[in-house]
Amino acid sequence: MNSRHAAWGVGLAALIALPFVYRDPYHLHILVLILIWSFAYTAWSIMGRFGLVSLGHGGFMGVGAYVTALLWNHLGLSPWIGIPISMVAAGALALVVAYPCFRFRITGHYFVLVTLALSGIVLQVITATRDHTGGSLGYTPNRAPSGHGLIALQFDDKTTWYLIALAVWVLGLLIWRWVDHSMSRYAMEAISEDEDAAAAAGVNVTAEKLKITLISALMTALAGALYCQYQMFISPDTVSGIAVSLQMVFAVIVGGLYVSLGPTVGAIITIMLAEILRISFGTKAVGWDNLVYGLLLVIFIIFLPKGILGSVLDRLKTQPKKPKTT
Amino acid sequence: MLELKSVDAGYGTFQALFGINLDVRAGEAVGVIGPNGAGKTTLMRVISGLIRPAKGSITMEGHDVVATPAHRIVDLGIAHVPENRRLFPRLTVDDNLKMGAYMPGARAKYAERLEFVFDLFPRMKERRSQMAGTLSGGEQQMCAIGRALMSDPKLLLLDEPSAGLAPVVVQQVFELVKRIRASGLTVLIVEQNVQQVLKVVDRAYLLEAGTIRASGTSEEMMKTDTIKQAYLGV
Amino acid sequence: MQAFLDIFDIYLLEAVVNGILLGGVLALLALGLNLIFGVIDVTWICYAELVMIGMYGMYYMVQAFGLPYWVAAPIAILLVAGLGALLHYLVIEPLLTAPPINQLLATGGVLFILQSFATVAFGIDFRNLGIRLPVLAIGDMHFSYSRLLAFVAALIGMLAVYFFMTRTYTGTAIRAISQDRQIMSLMGVDTKRIYLITSALGGALAGLAACLLVLQYDVHPFVGLSFGPITFLICVLGGLGNFVGGFIAAFVFAEIISLGGLFADLEWGYVLAFAFFIVMMFIRPAGLLARRS
Repeated sequence: MNSRHAAWGVGLAALIALPFVYRDPYHLHILVLILIWSFAYTAWSIMGRFGLVSLGHGGFMGVGAYVTALLWNHLGLSPWIGIPISMVAAGALALVVAYPCFRFRITGHYFVLVTLALSGIVLQVITATRDHTGGSLGYTPNRAPSGHGLIALQFDDKTTWYLIALAVWVLGLLIWRWVDHSMSRYAMEAISEDEDAAAAAGVNVTAEKLKITLISALMTALAGALYCQYQMFISPDTVSGIAVSLQMVFAVIVGGLYVSLGPTVGAIITIMLAEILRISFGTKAVGWDNLVYGLLLVIFIIFLPKGILGSVLDRLKTQPKKPKTT
Repeated sequence: MLELKSVDAGYGTFQALFGINLDVRAGEAVGVIGPNGAGKTTLMRVISGLIRPAKGSITMEGHDVVATPAHRIVDLGIAHVPENRRLFPRLTVDDNLKMGAYMPGARAKYAERLEFVFDLFPRMKERRSQMAGTLSGGEQQMCAIGRALMSDPKLLLLDEPSAGLAPVVVQQVFELVKRIRASGLTVLIVEQNVQQVLKVVDRAYLLEAGTIRASGTSEEMMKTDTIKQAYLGV
Repeated sequence: MQAFLDIFDIYLLEAVVNGILLGGVLALLALGLNLIFGVIDVTWICYAELVMIGMYGMYYMVQAFGLPYWVAAPIAILLVAGLGALLHYLVIEPLLTAPPINQLLATGGVLFILQSFATVAFGIDFRNLGIRLPVLAIGDMHFSYSRLLAFVAALIGMLAVYFFMTRTYTGTAIRAISQDRQIMSLMGVDTKRIYLITSALGGALAGLAACLLVLQYDVHPFVGLSFGPITFLICVLGGLGNFVGGFIAAFVFAEIISLGGLFADLEWGYVLAFAFFIVMMFIRPAGLLARRS
């Protein structure tokens, strides 16, 4: 166990040191994107691994991004306050939708469809309020006057963003671990296996599910807000809607749903893929990346449902055991 | 007509039947008796293709049943009335009977078969537009047998037709079986109600723990000590 | 004041009627999804994207090849029916024994594929048939013929499905299969074949909806997103696999959207519909017409 901690420590130190040694802005940009999306995907997997397959996370992300940006532009509210508010908004939305679902045992297909509709509706709201949000044309937070970058959470420096994203990413992994180790995980596992038995054993099924959902939604909103602050441009298609929700599911499934670094691996693969396609197709890339995404998603679900990292780890785990079983 | 040779079958790693040899000649009524869990239902399922044998051969009038896709076995003339009847509860009696005549060959004779079934079970004609799930237990058994007869089978497999029915209704069901026999069908019937079933069949097999322990005419079987003690309570 | 009320009433009535007309097409879509769910136990998340492909099919046949609408429509229906069967054969069938969630997500992947295929193949421009049907004026109210046609055709389509389901052997098997999957082979029914037929039928309904919607709306790769979510809500509220529930819920939602759109943009109608849905989940969690068993 100690050697494992040491490995994590060394890895983390190397990641922190990286931008001071290696300064290629394009590569740093890609790394920041990977870290922010990894955080969002980790947020999704916290729910997804317990069988709560949500396609509403595009909605939470959109709320996080747009509420933060709108508060800054219209009320001059610093993202330091705006982000918590946007997270509360996303959390409230999650509770309003999830409570009746869990309370009345809306699971499986029904849950997926309800959350799917949620993503769609958030996208519709952003489009409908085009006078304020710019609609489908997108939205840009106002530039802060120079010297006020810290208050506005706007930095031109890629290294700063890299460190912020890295901190958030580590936070995500810690939350994943915490959920993984806490009682509520055992409760949730019991829930996803057999809800009635779990309820009979004294587990408050609804409360446990809500807790996980709330954590996941808050994290996703934070990811949306950070993405907005970093990119300084958001549009309904990039931070909300069904496509973003599906992209999260896809990345997590590709990476591996049941391992802590699975979503990160998924983010690395999907973002690299998108970048490679963007570079090789140029402006013609529009659509091609999603086409490949979609194809891979289908192929993965059919042939490798445990994801790349999950399958590799499985193989590593089962191989030494094999002689025993024979 | 039907012939099973050293058939092994089961579910996954669990083996339920061991080297079953069994034959049914045209025009006969044959019973398979035995305790719960002896593999009786498995035997029926393996004949109608709901599960596939691990070993052995099954032939129906010379046709290889094992090599026939499950949904074509009914075309060989085998109709299976499954355990617990398994009607389509939210379909009408009419629609349930229609499902029995699904195969193209049976569709052509639909009107004729329907008349035959209604002659046999006039009650079904009264209930024809009622949902099958709302029928009484005995009526459901009629409907299930009627559905099987719609395919104009040569061999009727009956799995526990008396299970879960009131004693009076059980009597009626065995009356039905007699009537079906009289109409010239070959019947293979699985029952726990040994006393009743030995009255309607010509021959019987005793199935215990997945193997055939004894076989013979009903009279012979009734005289066998083990059967007397274990099943007839004499 | 009185004059204001008169106008308001007329707009209201017009919105109510338009809601009913919209309900027809939504009911058609809900029927297709419910049919597939009822038989195969899988939800096609990409259902609205099949409609989108059908709309493009219509656009190209009418605009590029100059086919008359009446010739193009049956071809489009067949095209989408084939697409539905293909979707089942390539994606769902290999996953029949997988957890249901995997099937659902795989169709989500197909959604991506269809959307981006349309983007790559057809571009992101809005396109329309260029057919302008006249407007019917009753008193001061105006109804477009395209909506009336859509409503009537949707009803005919649903009626045809009803007769198919009740009068034919295959239709009866489709109704029976969800009640007892295992014994279908005893009836001589090849379940795989029934699944394929159902998928084609579901596709055909999406194709019909495409032919009707393309008269009213421009087609673009993301057009499915404007009625996909609402169709899912309809199916959940009506109870997945429940045809009657879906039918009623479709009209309820259509009215909400249409009346909501009267006061604000159409998008707000959708938001209102979603809010209504959430409220309904508290009141009737098992769906609008839950089957009590």
